[in-house]
Amino acid sequence: MSTGVDTPTVSGGAVPGGPGAAGGTRPARARRRTDWGRVYTIAVLAWLFLPILFMVAFSFNDPAGRHNITWQGFTFRWYQDALAYPDLNQAMFNSVSIALLTMVISGALGTLLGLALGRYTFRGKQLTNLVMFSAISAPEVVVGAALLSTFLMMNVTTGYWTTVVSHVMFCVSFVAITVRARVITLDPRMEEAARDLGAGPFTTFRLVTLPLLFPAVMSGGLLAFALSIDDYIITSFVSGDVTTFPLWIWGATRVGIPPQVNVMGTLLFLVGVTLAVVNVINSRRKR
Amino acid sequence: MSNREYTPYVLVLPAWVWLALFFVVPIGGMLSLSLTTGDVITGFQQSFEVGNYVDAVSTYWEQIVRSLFYGACATVLCVVIGYPMAYWIAFRGGTHKSTYLLLILLPFFVSFVLRTISWRFLLADNGVLLGPLKSIGLIPADLAVLNSSPAVILGLAYNFLPFMVLPIYAVLERMDARIVEAAHDLYAGRIQAFLRVILPVSLPGVFAGVLMTFIPTSSDYINSSVLGGTHNTMIGNVIQTQYLVNNNYPIASAITFVLMGLLLVGIFSYARALGTERVMEVHT
Repeated sequence: MSTGVDTPTVSGGAVPGGPGAAGGTRPARARRRTDWGRVYTIAVLAWLFLPILFMVAFSFNDPAGRHNITWQGFTFRWYQDALAYPDLNQAMFNSVSIALLTMVISGALGTLLGLALGRYTFRGKQLTNLVMFSAISAPEVVVGAALLSTFLMMNVTTGYWTTVVSHVMFCVSFVAITVRARVITLDPRMEEAARDLGAGPFTTFRLVTLPLLFPAVMSGGLLAFALSIDDYIITSFVSGDVTTFPLWIWGATRVGIPPQVNVMGTLLFLVGVTLAVVNVINSRRKR
Repeated sequence: MSNREYTPYVLVLPAWVWLALFFVVPIGGMLSLSLTTGDVITGFQQSFEVGNYVDAVSTYWEQIVRSLFYGACATVLCVVIGYPMAYWIAFRGGTHKSTYLLLILLPFFVSFVLRTISWRFLLADNGVLLGPLKSIGLIPADLAVLNSSPAVILGLAYNFLPFMVLPIYAVLERMDARIVEAAHDLYAGRIQAFLRVILPVSLPGVFAGVLMTFIPTSSDYINSSVLGGTHNTMIGNVIQTQYLVNNNYPIASAITFVLMGLLLVGIFSYARALGTERVMEVHT
């Protein structure tokens, strides 16, 4: 606890324009000392990345038996043989297609909801906020159990589409919050100008509002994709006989997880790293 | 003008319908299911059977207490580990702030299940971490970390740490540095400035963080199944087994409601104790 507290708060406060503007300027005495705050932060980050490092390393391991636990030797074999398990491929395909559908549907619904919440006052706004808050903070096991109870009582067979519907449900609030944050900062005069120039409400939305909101819609959509592809608990309740990537891994733990899982996990992680790097470069360029 | 008045309702309608059908109705459906009797073969009768709740609590009180305890421990760990980190990134991160935040979020691109299973291999009795330490005699050869409550609590803290760091960071980052400056001008030392100025301002962030870690950690069952062995089952394991293995829906939904009720009571008493009544505004 004390490491963070001991870093001189004076320096953060001495820079005018708020802590956000503190970029790079550090008092001379801090330069000579070890910045324990940085050491600490990097140590915690290392802890966060440790299991991922393990996963990546063991995607190159050449295990002796069915259990990919101890290091035996380096191989590229699993990358060449990545698609060796048809049901794992199917699970991966299900995960990706469910995540894409979730991204599109919750992206559309969430954008409209976020727009309404950010721009208008209407009856039921407080209630909407309350329901969104509950949907986000309700424990996953509760949401999964509730959805399964309802599907059971309505005699709906659980499977692919019940999974999509459930994923959209828990993602829509996240998209709405992301979009609302952006709507609040938008200049309403932009839309007024479009209307003054004779654009109807739909044209205004398509040509002015949506392009301005696009970055928020994209990040909301990506968040929905990430939440959907990673979900285990809710999916395990509502997916019936359909298997997704996390569900397949869970099922494989009893018999030993094949290195192909590490390979797919590593590739997914690389996609994430690429997205993050692109994001950083983009924001650097804008500056 | 009337066109304008309808606009917000048209915009929210699809999401309203979706949230109503697949969130509000299911929670209500589960309440009604928790008051039924019967089984999968003979069907369930709506008998307003309150006994399900009595059964649920008396049978599973041990798991309930354990879940709340593990959740609380993991949450405290997250505050202790996460606060200094959020503080350092917010005040001293400089131009690399967004990079640090991305690094905190990046692990999410690897499946939660996969990361937790990786910990199982990392912490194995003769695995990558303990094996070398044992062979050079730094720790006793019969030391086992897996299948213990510390393993579960560490796993929970590991998985939910970002949910603590981000809200605290968000509050500290927005903070007006001139307030801290003013404190120093008024002869407050570093520790005093932290305790009396920075900490109170950051409390809403800590509150949101606690909410976002305590709820998922106390209802999680992945960590206890993967890292806890057979003696550390939590209430989530019970719900999952009763629903998906035993198909004992009335009892299962009763336990689920007990869990939800306990979390709600916890959240509101915590909100009162902290004086934060605008729970929702902090969160959303």
